[in-house]
Amino acid sequence: MTEIVADAGRCVGAGQCVLTDPDAFDQSDEDGTVVLLQAVPADDEALKRAQIAVEICPSRALSLTD
Amino acid sequence: MAVVCVEKVAIVGASLAGLAAVRALRRQSFAGEIVVVGAEPHRPYDRPPLSKDFLTGAVTTAGLALSPDDEDLGADWRLGVTATGFDPRTRSVRLDTGEVLRADGVVIATGARARPIEHVGVHTLRTLDDAIVLREALRQTGRLVVIGAGFIGAEVASSARKLGWDVTVVESLSTPLSGQLGTEMGEIVSRLHGDHGVRLLTGVPVSGLTGTDRIEAVQLADGARIEADLVVAGIGAIPNVEWLAEAGGLAAVTSVPGVVATGDVTGSQHWTFAVEHPATAVASLLGADPPVARAPYFWSDQYGVMIQFAGHRQPGDTVRIVEGDPEQRRFLAVYERDGQPSAVLGLNQPKLFTRWRRQLRSVPQEA
Ligand SMILES: Cc1cc2nc3c(=O)[nH]c(=O)nc-3n(C[C@H](O)[C@H](O)[C@H](O)COP(=O)(O)OP(=O)(O)OC[C@H]3O[C@@H](n4cnc5c(N)ncnc54)[C@H](O)[C@@H]3O)c2cc1C
Ligand code: SF4
Repeated sequence: MTEIVADAGRCVGAGQCVLTDPDAFDQSDEDGTVVLLQAVPADDEALKRAQIAVEICPSRALSLTD
Repeated sequence: MAVVCVEKVAIVGASLAGLAAVRALRRQSFAGEIVVVGAEPHRPYDRPPLSKDFLTGAVTTAGLALSPDDEDLGADWRLGVTATGFDPRTRSVRLDTGEVLRADGVVIATGARARPIEHVGVHTLRTLDDAIVLREALRQTGRLVVIGAGFIGAEVASSARKLGWDVTVVESLSTPLSGQLGTEMGEIVSRLHGDHGVRLLTGVPVSGLTGTDRIEAVQLADGARIEADLVVAGIGAIPNVEWLAEAGGLAAVTSVPGVVATGDVTGSQHWTFAVEHPATAVASLLGADPPVARAPYFWSDQYGVMIQFAGHRQPGDTVRIVEGDPEQRRFLAVYERDGQPSAVLGLNQPKLFTRWRRQLRSVPQEA
């Protein structure tokens, strides 16, 4: 099962992930770093969005496990 | 525009936009052959850290890789190979190896290079190789003069300051960053230099450089002379389009079906465009529906302050602070045109920034 992993320590709070999938990602109120709302993509479309989020995150803070 | 049958795609430029094009092709179910030609010997790496954490040593070369070693995109990477000519009619790319690479679709992603100042001791920063040389030069400390207070110049100043250098930034515009942020916000953002003990001299162009074996000083048009042990020029980027000259240039070749351009070669200078737009470019090659385009976005990191900007600001837009305090260097400013938000600027306001940026999407944007 594919799962999204977020490394908040690397995240710079660019919000690219939130714009890509607001159902899966949010940003913390304190410092704007990533918060996972939905770590396991529900369907293929959500998985595609997660892949895009991984690629367009400028700090490479996101990854997918197999 | 759709090419009837695309079996082979050539991508010229093996950096952020080139890699994003390969990924987009595969995501859009392209199963054919992909050849990527890149002049640099390196696998795609990330440039933004080069002026920031790479110079200060917080990030190493390994940390710049854009693609994990195990990522298998089924592409043929021709690294260290330069495209020297192009025939759009037959979609043939001439390589410096003497070969001619013929494809059904061609993605032009050759990016840009730093505008040079040819003088001993003057560095520019665009590539990993440039950054390695500059990082080495920054190992001792001394007096650094940065020519150009744009984003890259400002970031180099910030990194060098952190390393203990005495730094002066010279800028010919009277307000740095006014082209991108407007004068009001350009002025506020450029105060970061003074906050951190970096001298900023504006409104005076450089008139010359002195020193024959090594750099000695930067001469300004008003007669001032600034002693320097090291000079970095951050005076803009030039798109790499010379290889298209014979074929009529970038606009001419991209008017031919089966040829698209993306990333910095188009004149954009933002990471996010180079990572997102290739999906649109590739969709047009494959005759697929393009994904929705977003308003331009860029960020910069100076003196530990996260600067973010999104939207289409135009001269004449008004700007107001909607949250925070410029004096604290933590605020959110919204640009407006005809009562509608046109752009948004945040300093150390990442979450609020995203909220405003999201609203920009629903605003109709000119191309
Ligand atoms: C120091 C620095 C800091 C930056 N910081 C930020 C930032 O904080 N935020 C932000 O939004 N953006 C930033 N940017 C901009 C961002 O890095 C660029 O927008 C991005 O790299 C563009 O990607 P690209 O693939 O279009 O072009 P490039 O990265 O320029 O890559 C083009 C590639 O094509 C190759 N090439 C050129 N000509 C040929 C040829 N004829 N044949 C074969 N290959 C060729 C080049 O060697 C190069 O490898 C920064 C850039 C630099 C240099
Ligand atoms: S895109 Fe990356 S850097 Fe930006 S908020 Fe998401 S995880 Fe953080």
